[in-house]
Amino acid sequence: MSETINLTLKIWRQKNSASAGQFVSYEMPGVSTHMSFLEMMDVLNEKLISKGEEPVAFDHDCREGICGMCSMFISGRAHGKLKGTTTCQLHMRHFADGEIITVEPWRAAPFPVIKDLVVDRTPLDKIIQAGGYVSVNTGSAQDANCLPVPKKDADEAMDAAACIGCGACVAACKNASAMLFLSAKVSQLALLPQGQPERKERILNMLSAHDEAGFGNCTNTGACEAECPKEISISHIARLNREFLGANV
Amino acid sequence: MVGWFRITSYICVLKNLIPMNQLVKIINSSVGRKLIMALTGLFLCTFLLEHLYGNILLYNNDGGEAFDEYSHSMVHNLLIRIVEVLLFAAIIVHAFQGIVLTRKNAAARPVNYAIKKDSETSSWFSRNMMLTGAFVLFFIVVHLYSFFVPYRISGLDEGQAVSQLVKESFENGWYSLFYFVSVLLLASHLNHGFQSAFQTMGINNKKYSPLIKIGGTAFAVLIFLGFASFPVVFYFGWMG
Ligand code: FES
Repeated sequence: MSETINLTLKIWRQKNSASAGQFVSYEMPGVSTHMSFLEMMDVLNEKLISKGEEPVAFDHDCREGICGMCSMFISGRAHGKLKGTTTCQLHMRHFADGEIITVEPWRAAPFPVIKDLVVDRTPLDKIIQAGGYVSVNTGSAQDANCLPVPKKDADEAMDAAACIGCGACVAACKNASAMLFLSAKVSQLALLPQGQPERKERILNMLSAHDEAGFGNCTNTGACEAECPKEISISHIARLNREFLGANV
Repeated sequence: MVGWFRITSYICVLKNLIPMNQLVKIINSSVGRKLIMALTGLFLCTFLLEHLYGNILLYNNDGGEAFDEYSHSMVHNLLIRIVEVLLFAAIIVHAFQGIVLTRKNAAARPVNYAIKKDSETSSWFSRNMMLTGAFVLFFIVVHLYSFFVPYRISGLDEGQAVSQLVKESFENGWYSLFYFVSVLLLASHLNHGFQSAFQTMGINNKKYSPLIKIGGTAFAVLIFLGFASFPVVFYFGWMG
Protein backbone atom coordinates (compact mmCIF):
# COMPACT_ATOMS: atom_id res chain seq x y z
CA MET A 1 0.00 0.00 0.00
CA SER A 2 1.36 3.39 -0.94
CA GLU A 3 1.99 5.75 1.96
CA THR A 4 0.42 8.79 0.33
CA ILE A 5 -2.65 9.32 -1.83
CA ASN A 6 -3.96 12.20 -3.93
CA LEU A 7 -7.48 13.31 -3.22
CA THR A 8 -10.05 15.84 -4.33
CA LEU A 9 -12.28 17.19 -1.57
CA LYS A 10 -15.69 18.66 -2.33
CA ILE A 11 -16.59 20.49 0.85
CA TRP A 12 -19.78 22.32 1.78
CA ARG A 13 -18.89 25.93 2.54
CA GLN A 14 -21.45 28.19 4.17
CA LYS A 15 -20.57 31.50 5.78
CA ASN A 16 -23.31 31.46 8.41
CA SER A 17 -26.80 30.15 9.04
CA ALA A 18 -28.38 33.00 7.08
CA SER A 19 -26.34 32.67 3.90
CA ALA A 20 -26.67 30.09 1.17
CA GLY A 21 -23.86 27.58 0.91
CA GLN A 22 -22.18 25.76 -1.94
CA PHE A 23 -19.61 23.07 -2.59
CA VAL A 24 -16.00 24.11 -3.08
CA SER A 25 -13.39 21.70 -4.47
CA TYR A 26 -9.88 21.43 -3.03
CA GLU A 27 -7.02 19.38 -4.43
CA MET A 28 -5.17 17.46 -1.72
CA PRO A 29 -2.02 15.86 -3.18
CA GLY A 30 0.23 13.63 -1.05
CA VAL A 31 -2.13 12.86 1.83
CA SER A 32 -0.49 10.42 4.25
CA THR A 33 -2.60 7.29 4.68
CA HIS A 34 -1.71 7.28 8.38
CA MET A 35 -3.61 10.50 8.98
CA SER A 36 -7.09 10.56 10.42
CA PHE A 37 -9.80 12.34 8.46
CA LEU A 38 -9.67 15.31 10.84
CA GLU A 39 -5.89 15.53 10.56
CA MET A 40 -6.32 15.67 6.81
CA MET A 41 -8.80 18.51 7.35
CA ASP A 42 -6.21 20.24 9.56
CA VAL A 43 -3.67 20.04 6.74
CA LEU A 44 -6.21 21.56 4.37
CA ASN A 45 -6.96 24.35 6.81
CA GLU A 46 -3.26 25.15 7.29
CA LYS A 47 -2.95 25.49 3.54
CA LEU A 48 -6.02 27.73 3.39
CA ILE A 49 -4.73 29.93 6.22
CA SER A 50 -1.30 30.30 4.60
CA LYS A 51 -3.06 31.39 1.43
CA GLY A 52 -5.07 33.92 3.43
CA GLU A 53 -8.36 32.07 2.94
CA GLU A 54 -11.00 31.22 5.52
CA PRO A 55 -10.38 27.73 7.01
CA VAL A 56 -13.17 25.12 6.95
CA ALA A 57 -15.12 25.17 10.21
CA PHE A 58 -15.83 21.70 11.64
CA ASP A 59 -16.66 20.33 15.07
CA HIS A 60 -14.16 18.19 16.97
CA ASP A 61 -12.89 17.74 20.48
CA CYS A 62 -11.53 14.46 21.87
CA ARG A 63 -10.36 12.99 18.57
CA GLU A 64 -10.52 9.56 20.14
CA GLY A 65 -14.12 8.59 19.38
CA ILE A 66 -15.68 9.34 22.76
CA CYS A 67 -17.04 12.89 22.74
CA GLY A 68 -19.35 12.83 19.73
CA MET A 69 -18.36 16.28 18.49
CA CYS A 70 -17.06 15.33 15.06
CA SER A 71 -19.90 15.13 12.59
CA MET A 72 -19.23 14.87 8.90
CA PHE A 73 -21.30 13.30 6.19
CA ILE A 74 -18.57 11.78 4.04
CA SER A 75 -19.38 10.65 0.49
CA GLY A 76 -22.96 9.78 1.32
CA ARG A 77 -22.40 8.17 4.74
CA ALA A 78 -22.50 9.58 8.28
CA HIS A 79 -18.91 9.46 9.66
CA GLY A 80 -17.85 7.80 6.41
CA LYS A 81 -18.40 4.27 5.21
CA LEU A 82 -16.50 2.45 7.95
CA LYS A 83 -18.72 0.62 10.44
CA GLY A 84 -18.77 1.67 14.09
CA THR A 85 -16.38 4.59 13.58
CA THR A 86 -16.46 8.31 14.25
CA THR A 87 -14.97 10.74 11.73
CA CYS A 88 -11.99 11.35 14.01
CA GLN A 89 -11.24 7.62 14.06
CA LEU A 90 -11.57 7.23 10.31
CA HIS A 91 -8.15 6.93 8.71
CA MET A 92 -7.12 7.92 5.23
CA ARG A 93 -5.94 4.37 4.42
CA HIS A 94 -9.62 3.58 3.82
CA PHE A 95 -9.68 5.89 0.80
CA ALA A 96 -8.38 5.18 -2.66
CA ASP A 97 -5.80 7.18 -4.58
CA GLY A 98 -7.53 9.71 -6.83
CA GLU A 99 -10.83 9.51 -4.94
CA ILE A 100 -13.24 12.47 -4.90
CA ILE A 101 -14.60 12.83 -1.38
CA THR A 102 -17.76 14.83 -0.72
CA VAL A 103 -18.06 16.30 2.76
CA GLU A 104 -21.40 17.67 3.97
CA PRO A 105 -22.80 18.79 7.31
CA TRP A 106 -25.55 16.78 9.08
CA ARG A 107 -28.80 17.65 7.33
CA ALA A 108 -31.93 17.97 9.49
CA ALA A 109 -34.40 20.75 10.24
CA PRO A 110 -33.55 20.75 13.98
CA PHE A 111 -29.79 20.95 13.12
CA PRO A 112 -29.33 24.27 11.31
CA VAL A 113 -25.89 24.87 9.82
CA ILE A 114 -23.94 27.39 11.88
CA LYS A 115 -20.95 27.53 9.56
CA ASP A 116 -19.50 25.17 6.93
CA LEU A 117 -19.68 21.71 8.51
CA VAL A 118 -20.75 22.85 11.98
CA VAL A 119 -24.41 22.34 12.89
CA ASP A 120 -26.33 23.31 16.00
CA ARG A 121 -27.12 20.11 17.91
CA THR A 122 -28.70 21.70 21.00
CA PRO A 123 -32.06 19.96 20.32
CA LEU A 124 -30.34 16.77 21.52
CA ASP A 125 -29.48 18.55 24.77
CA LYS A 126 -33.09 19.69 25.04
CA ILE A 127 -34.18 16.05 24.92
CA ILE A 128 -31.79 15.22 27.77
CA GLN A 129 -33.00 18.22 29.77
CA ALA A 130 -36.56 16.93 29.45
CA GLY A 131 -35.78 13.84 31.51
CA GLY A 132 -32.56 12.08 30.58
CA TYR A 133 -31.26 12.13 34.14
CA VAL A 134 -31.87 10.73 37.60
CA SER A 135 -32.80 13.25 40.28
CA VAL A 136 -30.73 12.75 43.42
CA ASN A 137 -31.48 15.62 45.71
CA THR A 138 -29.47 14.73 48.77
CA GLY A 139 -26.78 12.50 50.25
CA SER A 140 -23.84 10.73 48.71
CA ALA A 141 -23.90 7.65 46.51
CA GLN A 142 -24.63 4.48 48.46
CA ASP A 143 -22.61 1.31 48.31
CA ALA A 144 -22.98 -0.19 44.83
CA ASN A 145 -23.67 -3.66 46.24
CA CYS A 146 -26.86 -2.40 47.91
CA LEU A 147 -28.49 -2.16 44.50
CA PRO A 148 -28.32 -5.55 42.85
CA VAL A 149 -28.52 -5.32 39.05
CA PRO A 150 -28.68 -8.46 36.90
CA LYS A 151 -25.62 -8.81 34.68
CA LYS A 152 -27.77 -8.86 31.53
CA ASP A 153 -29.45 -5.57 32.45
CA ALA A 154 -26.17 -3.96 33.41
CA ASP A 155 -24.67 -4.98 30.06
CA GLU A 156 -27.62 -3.70 28.07
CA ALA A 157 -27.70 -0.42 29.99
CA MET A 158 -23.98 -0.07 29.29
CA ASP A 159 -24.53 -0.68 25.58
CA ALA A 160 -27.13 2.09 25.53
CA ALA A 161 -24.93 4.39 27.60
CA ALA A 162 -22.24 4.11 24.93
CA CYS A 163 -24.21 6.72 22.93
CA ILE A 164 -22.01 9.78 22.47
CA GLY A 165 -24.82 11.97 21.15
CA CYS A 166 -23.08 12.74 17.86
CA GLY A 167 -26.33 12.80 15.88
CA ALA A 168 -25.24 10.33 13.19
CA CYS A 169 -28.56 8.53 13.66
CA VAL A 170 -30.41 11.73 12.74
CA ALA A 171 -28.06 12.40 9.84
CA ALA A 172 -28.45 8.90 8.41
CA CYS A 173 -32.19 8.46 8.96
CA LYS A 174 -34.25 9.20 5.87
CA ASN A 175 -36.74 10.88 8.19
CA ALA A 176 -34.15 12.78 10.25
CA SER A 177 -35.51 11.07 13.35
CA ALA A 178 -33.54 11.12 16.61
CA MET A 179 -35.26 7.99 17.85
CA LEU A 180 -32.07 5.96 18.29
CA PHE A 181 -30.51 8.71 20.41
CA LEU A 182 -33.69 9.10 22.44
CA SER A 183 -34.07 5.36 22.90
CA ALA A 184 -30.48 4.96 24.10
CA LYS A 185 -31.01 7.65 26.72
CA VAL A 186 -34.35 6.22 27.85
CA SER A 187 -33.08 2.65 27.79
CA GLN A 188 -29.99 3.13 29.93
CA LEU A 189 -32.12 4.48 32.78
CA ALA A 190 -35.13 2.20 32.32
CA LEU A 191 -32.87 -0.82 32.85
CA LEU A 192 -31.37 0.36 36.13
CA PRO A 193 -32.97 0.67 39.58
CA GLN A 194 -31.98 4.35 39.83
CA GLY A 195 -34.10 5.13 36.82
CA GLN A 196 -37.35 3.70 38.18
CA PRO A 197 -38.91 6.59 40.17
CA GLU A 198 -39.04 8.93 37.16
CA ARG A 199 -39.52 6.22 34.56
CA LYS A 200 -42.98 7.17 33.33
CA GLU A 201 -42.58 10.95 33.13
CA ARG A 202 -39.17 10.46 31.56
CA ILE A 203 -40.35 8.73 28.40
CA LEU A 204 -43.33 11.04 27.94
CA ASN A 205 -41.38 14.25 28.47
CA MET A 206 -38.36 13.20 26.44
CA LEU A 207 -40.56 12.06 23.57
CA SER A 208 -42.42 15.39 23.60
CA ALA A 209 -39.10 17.22 23.48
CA HIS A 210 -38.03 15.03 20.56
CA ASP A 211 -41.22 15.70 18.61
CA GLU A 212 -41.31 19.41 19.42
CA ALA A 213 -37.75 19.88 18.16
CA GLY A 214 -38.97 18.86 14.70
CA PHE A 215 -37.20 15.51 14.34
CA GLY A 216 -38.95 13.06 12.04
CA ASN A 217 -40.78 9.88 12.92
CA CYS A 218 -39.07 6.52 13.05
CA THR A 219 -40.13 4.13 10.28
CA ASN A 220 -37.86 1.27 11.35
CA THR A 221 -35.53 1.37 8.35
CA GLY A 222 -32.56 0.58 10.59
CA ALA A 223 -30.23 3.09 8.89
CA CYS A 224 -29.44 4.59 12.32
CA GLU A 225 -28.05 1.40 13.81
CA ALA A 226 -26.03 0.80 10.66
CA GLU A 227 -24.39 4.23 10.98
CA CYS A 228 -24.11 4.59 14.78
CA PRO A 229 -20.40 4.81 15.63
CA LYS A 230 -21.20 3.00 18.89
CA GLU A 231 -23.30 0.37 17.08
CA ILE A 232 -26.32 0.91 19.30
CA SER A 233 -29.11 -1.49 18.33
CA ILE A 234 -32.64 -0.53 17.36
CA SER A 235 -33.78 -3.04 19.99
CA HIS A 236 -33.47 0.02 22.25
CA ILE A 237 -36.11 1.73 20.08
CA ALA A 238 -38.36 -1.27 20.69
CA ARG A 239 -37.79 -0.79 24.42
CA LEU A 240 -38.64 2.89 24.04
CA ASN A 241 -41.90 1.87 22.36
CA ARG A 242 -42.63 -0.47 25.29
CA GLU A 243 -41.82 2.28 27.76
CA PHE A 244 -44.24 4.54 25.92
CA LEU A 245 -46.99 1.92 26.11
CA GLY A 246 -46.20 1.26 29.77
CA ALA A 247 -46.36 4.93 30.65
CA ASN A 248 -49.75 5.37 29.00
CA VAL A 249 -51.70 2.35 30.19
CA MET B 1 -84.66 19.56 27.65
CA VAL B 2 -84.29 16.95 30.38
CA GLY B 3 -83.14 14.46 27.79
CA TRP B 4 -80.53 16.85 26.49
CA PHE B 5 -79.30 17.47 30.01
CA ARG B 6 -78.99 13.75 30.54
CA ILE B 7 -76.89 13.35 27.38
CA THR B 8 -74.52 16.14 28.32
CA SER B 9 -74.09 14.73 31.81
CA TYR B 10 -73.30 11.33 30.31
CA ILE B 11 -70.65 12.99 28.15
CA CYS B 12 -69.17 14.63 31.23
CA VAL B 13 -68.93 11.27 33.01
CA LEU B 14 -67.34 9.71 29.93
CA LYS B 15 -64.83 12.52 29.69
CA ASN B 16 -63.70 11.82 33.23
CA LEU B 17 -63.37 8.14 32.51
CA ILE B 18 -61.22 8.66 29.42
CA PRO B 19 -58.73 11.48 29.85
CA MET B 20 -59.18 13.00 26.40
CA ASN B 21 -56.15 15.26 26.57
CA GLN B 22 -53.92 12.30 27.23
CA LEU B 23 -55.47 10.32 24.41
CA VAL B 24 -54.95 13.16 21.96
CA LYS B 25 -51.37 13.47 23.16
CA ILE B 26 -50.72 9.77 22.63
CA ILE B 27 -52.23 9.80 19.15
CA ASN B 28 -50.32 12.90 18.12
CA SER B 29 -46.94 11.75 19.40
CA SER B 30 -44.50 10.18 16.96
CA VAL B 31 -44.59 6.80 18.72
CA GLY B 32 -48.39 6.94 18.99
CA ARG B 33 -48.68 7.56 15.27
CA LYS B 34 -46.56 4.61 14.37
CA LEU B 35 -48.49 2.43 16.81
CA ILE B 36 -51.61 3.31 14.86
CA MET B 37 -49.79 2.35 11.65
CA ALA B 38 -48.72 -0.95 13.18
CA LEU B 39 -52.11 -1.94 14.58
CA THR B 40 -54.13 -1.00 11.51
CA GLY B 41 -51.48 -2.61 9.31
CA LEU B 42 -51.59 -5.93 11.13
CA PHE B 43 -55.38 -5.89 11.07
CA LEU B 44 -55.26 -5.42 7.31
CA CYS B 45 -52.86 -8.38 7.11
CA THR B 46 -55.47 -10.65 8.69
CA PHE B 47 -57.94 -9.47 6.07
CA LEU B 48 -55.53 -10.41 3.28
CA LEU B 49 -55.44 -13.98 4.55
CA GLU B 50 -59.21 -14.18 4.66
CA HIS B 51 -59.43 -12.68 1.15
CA LEU B 52 -56.87 -15.12 -0.18
CA TYR B 53 -58.78 -18.03 1.29
CA GLY B 54 -61.94 -16.81 -0.44
CA ASN B 55 -60.21 -16.38 -3.78
CA ILE B 56 -58.66 -19.82 -3.69
CA LEU B 57 -62.19 -21.20 -3.87
CA LEU B 58 -62.08 -20.06 -7.50
CA TYR B 59 -59.75 -23.00 -8.11
CA ASN B 60 -62.50 -25.44 -7.12
CA ASN B 61 -63.47 -27.16 -10.32
CA ASP B 62 -67.14 -26.35 -9.91
CA GLY B 63 -67.76 -23.43 -12.26
CA GLY B 64 -67.25 -20.93 -9.44
CA GLU B 65 -70.01 -22.30 -7.26
CA ALA B 66 -68.01 -22.48 -4.02
CA PHE B 67 -66.67 -18.97 -4.55
CA ASP B 68 -70.13 -17.56 -5.24
CA GLU B 69 -71.57 -19.27 -2.19
CA TYR B 70 -68.75 -17.98 -0.03
CA SER B 71 -69.21 -14.42 -1.32
CA HIS B 72 -72.92 -14.69 -0.68
CA SER B 73 -72.47 -15.96 2.87
CA MET B 74 -69.97 -13.19 3.66
CA VAL B 75 -72.42 -10.52 2.58
CA HIS B 76 -75.18 -12.01 4.70
CA ASN B 77 -73.17 -12.40 7.86
CA LEU B 78 -73.77 -9.61 10.37
CA LEU B 79 -70.40 -10.04 12.05
CA ILE B 80 -68.61 -9.79 8.70
CA ARG B 81 -70.58 -6.66 7.85
CA ILE B 82 -69.43 -5.04 11.10
CA VAL B 83 -65.82 -6.08 10.50
CA GLU B 84 -66.16 -4.68 6.99
CA VAL B 85 -66.81 -1.23 8.41
CA LEU B 86 -63.72 -1.59 10.61
CA LEU B 87 -61.79 -2.69 7.55
CA PHE B 88 -62.66 0.43 5.58
CA ALA B 89 -61.87 2.54 8.63
CA ALA B 90 -58.49 0.82 9.00
CA ILE B 91 -57.61 1.45 5.35
CA ILE B 92 -58.52 5.12 5.65
CA VAL B 93 -56.68 5.63 8.95
CA HIS B 94 -53.60 3.72 7.76
CA ALA B 95 -53.43 5.69 4.52
CA PHE B 96 -54.13 9.03 6.14
CA GLN B 97 -51.60 8.48 8.91
CA GLY B 98 -49.05 7.30 6.34
CA ILE B 99 -49.45 10.53 4.38
CA VAL B 100 -49.21 12.68 7.51
CA LEU B 101 -46.05 10.87 8.62
CA THR B 102 -44.45 11.12 5.19
CA ARG B 103 -45.09 14.86 5.07
CA LYS B 104 -43.75 15.40 8.58
CA ASN B 105 -40.69 13.32 7.81
CA ALA B 106 -39.99 15.27 4.63
CA ALA B 107 -40.26 18.50 6.64
CA ALA B 108 -37.65 17.18 9.08
CA ARG B 109 -35.06 17.27 6.28
CA PRO B 110 -35.69 20.44 4.26
CA VAL B 111 -32.23 20.40 2.66
CA ASN B 112 -31.15 17.12 1.10
CA TYR B 113 -27.67 15.70 0.88
CA ALA B 114 -25.85 15.96 -2.43
CA ILE B 115 -24.81 12.33 -2.01
CA LYS B 116 -26.57 9.86 0.29
CA LYS B 117 -25.90 6.15 0.02
CA ASP B 118 -29.07 4.84 1.59
CA SER B 119 -28.81 1.45 -0.03
CA GLU B 120 -25.74 0.69 2.10
CA THR B 121 -27.61 1.21 5.35
CA SER B 122 -31.23 0.18 4.82
CA SER B 123 -33.43 -1.93 2.58
CA TRP B 124 -35.28 -0.66 -0.49
CA PHE B 125 -38.52 -1.99 0.99
CA SER B 126 -38.18 0.02 4.20
CA ARG B 127 -37.44 3.26 2.36
CA ASN B 128 -40.27 3.07 -0.15
CA MET B 129 -43.29 2.37 2.02
CA MET B 130 -45.06 5.52 0.86
CA LEU B 131 -44.48 4.68 -2.80
CA THR B 132 -45.63 1.07 -2.53
CA GLY B 133 -48.42 2.08 -0.15
CA ALA B 134 -49.75 4.77 -2.49
CA PHE B 135 -49.81 2.34 -5.39
CA VAL B 136 -51.63 -0.25 -3.29
CA LEU B 137 -54.18 2.37 -2.23
CA PHE B 138 -54.77 3.28 -5.87
CA PHE B 139 -55.15 -0.41 -6.62
CA ILE B 140 -57.69 -0.81 -3.80
CA VAL B 141 -59.81 1.97 -5.26
CA VAL B 142 -59.76 0.39 -8.73
CA HIS B 143 -60.31 -3.04 -7.24
CA LEU B 144 -63.35 -1.86 -5.27
CA TYR B 145 -64.69 -0.21 -8.38
CA SER B 146 -64.37 -3.36 -10.45
CA PHE B 147 -65.73 -5.89 -7.92
CA PHE B 148 -67.18 -4.36 -4.77
CA VAL B 149 -69.27 -1.71 -6.52
CA PRO B 150 -71.02 -4.01 -9.03
CA TYR B 151 -71.47 -6.79 -6.49
CA ARG B 152 -72.70 -4.70 -3.60
CA ILE B 153 -73.95 -1.37 -4.87
CA SER B 154 -74.84 -1.09 -8.57
CA GLY B 155 -75.72 -4.76 -8.97
CA LEU B 156 -74.45 -7.45 -11.30
CA ASP B 157 -75.83 -8.04 -14.76
CA GLU B 158 -78.85 -10.29 -14.97
CA GLY B 159 -77.83 -13.89 -14.31
CA GLN B 160 -74.15 -13.07 -13.86
CA ALA B 161 -72.31 -14.75 -10.97
CA VAL B 162 -69.60 -12.86 -9.17
CA SER B 163 -67.09 -15.60 -10.05
CA GLN B 164 -67.95 -14.93 -13.67
CA LEU B 165 -67.20 -11.24 -13.23
CA VAL B 166 -63.81 -12.05 -11.73
CA LYS B 167 -62.82 -14.41 -14.51
CA GLU B 168 -63.96 -12.00 -17.21
CA SER B 169 -61.99 -9.15 -15.66
CA PHE B 170 -58.81 -11.17 -15.83
CA GLU B 171 -59.33 -11.86 -19.51
CA ASN B 172 -58.25 -8.27 -20.04
CA GLY B 173 -54.45 -8.34 -20.28
CA TRP B 174 -53.96 -4.80 -19.04
CA TYR B 175 -56.13 -5.40 -16.02
CA SER B 176 -54.30 -8.63 -15.24
CA LEU B 177 -50.94 -6.92 -15.55
CA PHE B 178 -52.07 -4.07 -13.31
CA TYR B 179 -53.31 -6.60 -10.75
CA PHE B 180 -50.04 -8.54 -10.92
CA VAL B 181 -47.87 -5.44 -10.41
CA SER B 182 -50.10 -4.22 -7.57
CA VAL B 183 -49.76 -7.51 -5.75
CA LEU B 184 -45.99 -7.38 -6.22
CA LEU B 185 -45.87 -3.91 -4.66
CA LEU B 186 -48.22 -5.02 -1.90
CA ALA B 187 -45.80 -7.83 -1.11
CA SER B 188 -42.91 -5.32 -0.98
CA HIS B 189 -44.97 -3.24 1.41
CA LEU B 190 -45.64 -6.26 3.62
CA ASN B 191 -42.03 -7.40 3.58
CA HIS B 192 -41.06 -4.36 5.63
CA GLY B 193 -44.41 -3.57 7.21
CA PHE B 194 -45.06 -6.90 8.92
CA GLN B 195 -41.82 -7.07 10.89
CA SER B 196 -41.80 -3.31 11.39
CA ALA B 197 -45.15 -3.53 13.19
CA PHE B 198 -43.66 -5.87 15.77
CA GLN B 199 -40.71 -3.57 16.36
CA THR B 200 -43.19 -0.71 16.85
CA MET B 201 -45.15 -2.71 19.39
CA GLY B 202 -41.91 -3.16 21.30
CA ILE B 203 -41.24 -6.75 20.33
CA ASN B 204 -37.57 -7.07 19.48
CA ASN B 205 -35.27 -9.63 20.99
CA LYS B 206 -32.51 -11.93 19.87
CA LYS B 207 -34.68 -15.02 20.04
CA TYR B 208 -37.84 -13.99 18.20
CA SER B 209 -36.86 -11.09 15.94
CA PRO B 210 -35.11 -13.22 13.31
CA LEU B 211 -38.19 -15.45 13.26
CA ILE B 212 -40.53 -12.46 12.90
CA LYS B 213 -38.41 -11.13 10.02
CA ILE B 214 -38.46 -14.47 8.23
CA GLY B 215 -42.17 -14.76 8.99
CA GLY B 216 -42.79 -11.31 7.48
CA THR B 217 -40.98 -12.19 4.29
CA ALA B 218 -42.71 -15.57 4.13
CA PHE B 219 -46.06 -13.84 4.58
CA ALA B 220 -45.22 -11.37 1.79
CA VAL B 221 -44.18 -14.20 -0.53
CA LEU B 222 -47.34 -16.16 0.30
CA ILE B 223 -49.54 -13.15 -0.44
CA PHE B 224 -47.67 -12.50 -3.67
CA LEU B 225 -47.79 -16.08 -4.95
CA GLY B 226 -51.38 -16.49 -3.86
CA PHE B 227 -52.89 -13.35 -5.34
CA ALA B 228 -50.59 -13.09 -8.37
CA SER B 229 -51.66 -16.57 -9.42
CA PHE B 230 -55.22 -15.41 -10.26
CA PRO B 231 -54.44 -13.00 -13.11
CA VAL B 232 -51.89 -15.47 -14.51
CA VAL B 233 -54.14 -18.52 -14.34
CA PHE B 234 -57.25 -16.79 -15.69
CA TYR B 235 -55.54 -14.66 -18.30
CA PHE B 236 -53.80 -17.64 -19.85
CA GLY B 237 -56.98 -19.62 -19.50
CA TRP B 238 -55.43 -22.44 -17.48
CA MET B 239 -58.74 -22.88 -15.69
CA GLY B 240 -62.17 -23.06 -17.24
S1 FES C 1 -13.83 14.27 18.05
FE1 FES C 1 -14.64 13.29 19.83
S2 FES C 1 -15.67 11.64 18.91
FE2 FES C 1 -14.70 12.48 17.19
